[in-house]
Amino acid sequence: MAGAITTHLSSEASKRPKHITEPALVRIVLITIALIFLALVVLLPLVSVFVEAFKKGFDVYRAAITDPDALSALRLTLLVAVIAVPLNTLFGISAAWAISKFRFRGKQFLITLIDLPFAVSPVISGLIYILMFGAQGFFGPWLDSHGIQLVFALPGIVLATVFVTVPFIARELIPLMQAQGVAEEEAAASLGAKGWQIFWRVTYPNIKWGLLYGIILCNARAMGEFGAVSVVSGHIRGQTNTLPLHIEILYNEYQFSASFAVASLLVMLAFVTLIVKSLMEWQMNKRASAQIV
Amino acid sequence: MKGSSRSKGRSRGGKARNVLPGFGLSMGFAIVYLSLIVLIPLASVFIKTTGLSFAEFWGTVTNPRVLASYRISFFTAFSAAAVNMVFGLLIAWVLVRYRFPGKKFIDSLVDLPFALPTAVAGIALTAIYAPNGWMGKLLQPLGLKVAYTPLGITIALIFIGIPFVVRTVQPVLQDLNKEIEEAAVMLGAYRMRTFWKVILPELMPALLTGFALAFARGIGEYGSVVFISGNMPMKTEIAPLLIMTKLEQFDYAGATAIALVMLVVSFLLLLFINFMQWRINRRVVEGG
Amino acid sequence: MLKGKWSISLLLVLVLILSACGANGGNQGTGAGAGESPAASTEASAAGEKPAEPVKLLNVSYDPTRELYEEYNKAFSTYWKNKTGQDVTISQSHGGSGKQARAVIDGLKADVVTLALGYDIDSLVEPGLLSADWQSKFEHNSSPYTSTIVFLVRKGNPKGIKVWNDLIKDGVEVITPNPQTSGGARWNYLAAWGYALKQNNNDEAKAQEFITQLFKHVPVLDTGARGATTTFVEKGIGDVLLAWENEAFLSIKELGPDQFEIVYPSVSILAEPPVAVVDKNAEANKSTEVAKAYLEYLYSDEGQEIAAKNYYRPINETIAAKYADTFKKLDLLTIDGDFGGWKAAQEKHFNAGGIFEKIYTPGS
Repeated sequence: MAGAITTHLSSEASKRPKHITEPALVRIVLITIALIFLALVVLLPLVSVFVEAFKKGFDVYRAAITDPDALSALRLTLLVAVIAVPLNTLFGISAAWAISKFRFRGKQFLITLIDLPFAVSPVISGLIYILMFGAQGFFGPWLDSHGIQLVFALPGIVLATVFVTVPFIARELIPLMQAQGVAEEEAAASLGAKGWQIFWRVTYPNIKWGLLYGIILCNARAMGEFGAVSVVSGHIRGQTNTLPLHIEILYNEYQFSASFAVASLLVMLAFVTLIVKSLMEWQMNKRASAQIV
Repeated sequence: MKGSSRSKGRSRGGKARNVLPGFGLSMGFAIVYLSLIVLIPLASVFIKTTGLSFAEFWGTVTNPRVLASYRISFFTAFSAAAVNMVFGLLIAWVLVRYRFPGKKFIDSLVDLPFALPTAVAGIALTAIYAPNGWMGKLLQPLGLKVAYTPLGITIALIFIGIPFVVRTVQPVLQDLNKEIEEAAVMLGAYRMRTFWKVILPELMPALLTGFALAFARGIGEYGSVVFISGNMPMKTEIAPLLIMTKLEQFDYAGATAIALVMLVVSFLLLLFINFMQWRINRRVVEGG
Repeated sequence: MLKGKWSISLLLVLVLILSACGANGGNQGTGAGAGESPAASTEASAAGEKPAEPVKLLNVSYDPTRELYEEYNKAFSTYWKNKTGQDVTISQSHGGSGKQARAVIDGLKADVVTLALGYDIDSLVEPGLLSADWQSKFEHNSSPYTSTIVFLVRKGNPKGIKVWNDLIKDGVEVITPNPQTSGGARWNYLAAWGYALKQNNNDEAKAQEFITQLFKHVPVLDTGARGATTTFVEKGIGDVLLAWENEAFLSIKELGPDQFEIVYPSVSILAEPPVAVVDKNAEANKSTEVAKAYLEYLYSDEGQEIAAKNYYRPINETIAAKYADTFKKLDLLTIDGDFGGWKAAQEKHFNAGGIFEKIYTPGS
């Protein structure tokens, strides 16, 4: 997100002297309100996904997620993520490098352009690729005469996914690298380090958490995108259906439990990546503190 | 912000930046990539709209039903973003400042609305808030209808938008100087007063950024809303749905006309956000 | 710094593992790469002219036909294999009828389309995908099966809904999708309109009044037929669902025979979901012959039987007689006879500024 800098909730911040924190009662009330709000708004829908998924028992659940169409949708979804996420990682790093380490005019404008996919309706995100590459689109006739199919096939799905997830990594890195400034890199450069060396040895260790977090969010969003992909997919069973589209199909076939079962799969994928992130953070903090001691 | 202490003051100044390599490469790649993926495709919306005369364009985007859909989209997105601003601040506050069991888990939970496919969110929320759902059953006797009303749309947008606010406020709150608060206390300010007069102004740019992002996202949201909104023209029909409706009738020009208006609004909103962001940065730098 | 690289490589490993799992599983299904299949199979069939060369068909259809074509595709593959020795793989795509037509216009390489209404197939003519006389290529208006619009009510019919006029009684809630986004809903709307015209000696003002009243009783306008059925059946909203006859039967079968019953209105409409070969795509795919056979076989006894089993009204008299118990005889209006064809109906009712829009924006 714009401006979101990775916070690994440092325990430092929560250790506060008494005179600049609230009385225990106020703290408890605030925590309770926050938890109730999150429970109602975020947790409840998630729980309902799992409850609905297991409503008809484990067999229906297993059947739903091992169905050939579901597996092919899972494969397509992972394939799309595997293409889209590295592309956006590369873009995120270059854009952040250019924006944070150099001065040029129109910087705010460029940042706004990177943000734009956040705010563009998913319907429009899909539509623009149809307008470009569809049979009636600007490049449609040319593509058609060369036998190239972009929309309603894998490339279109990847394009739409890339569009939707463009900002995640760049926006995570830009504020982080801006805050770090250029002093260390300049020192390295004056000591004769080459471009890649500077990046790997100086910049990268400072931004790795932001980068990792950006990748995780980008990946989660890439696997979950529905609206834009729905417009460019063509919904061919077993071929161009991603997991979110497969969920919709099952839902439309009155297989409610099965559709929630597949949905729970996506939730778990998201959970797994978040857990991996926490684990690595923990590991890292432990090593870091071991080094200091 | 993290690590800012190391380089404050220098981070924005200095012609010495030319020392660093890779500007041409990174900038070039970023611009080309952005043009291919974002700019050129988005330009197609403008080009398609030029197929309409201005009178046709104006007629389409000021049709009463279209106006009503803008109103609904903006109103619900605004309410949801406002709710998120209050509760997002609270959640960020609690996560940064207090210690309680399960904090890490709660922190991860905040990101999940990003990961859940919007359609699943819509289906799940409808199942919960429909008159025969868990919450619907509780609220029905109170005469409160959620699903198929603007309130339902707002709830879906709260779900979609909450991470934006929490994740923008969190880092700023974390880096807030203790010294300022200490000074306020020493000057005899009460806790509430310290919050209103010292902490909140510091957080305001971040809060507004989060608000604007949640707002911008809410205006365009489609997948999670169509299930819960009821889609009644003039009452609960959102603008993105109207684009879909136009497309179903093969009215591309009409669809892109509505899309264009939304695009321009989103862009202006984002420019505003980044202006705020720029001010935060400047403040941090000056503060150091 | 080593630690740093380690963290990223761990993530990469994770992604690789995940995709490997996916790849293993995916072998059972058709590969995602087959998305670009039309081009690939063109080359394949161009290489050898032998009929034994396997062929692929893509049938782009609308929402309620999933079950029908799942069964029919198997039957046709077997039939075609026996007849010509050629293997045929049929892929299916389902969605809202208008959306599907748009996808085909925009480049979805459908060999055949089987949509909810003629208007959507008509829209393929202008981009040159098929010829204007498509509807005369197969018997019976190119509609191998028909259906009609019925009322689905809750068990015991607590609101006593029998005729169209009962729908606008106080306290009755009607569920129908939005006719601007759903093909099925256009049939609903036209059936109601036709009834109102008949009732009021063709007084259009009164018919418009009836339609306006009717949509005032609609609490939720879903975008598609399936969405509306879910709203009525799962969410428990509304007293009556205006639905395709086949959808009504299917929801009773799938979701509970003890909960719903079907009411036949005195007047309804003959819904003809037509089929057509998309000439341009089929030629490119060298599948014209098999595509034609695919649609023709819908008219065979086996095809008709499958349609009837999936609650579509067969046009073959013999098969129809066999299922006479299921399909009640009704007084049915027709789109060409009573509404002057789809183009006229579409313009008058559903396009921007049409009668449907006036319901919600009076005075515009």
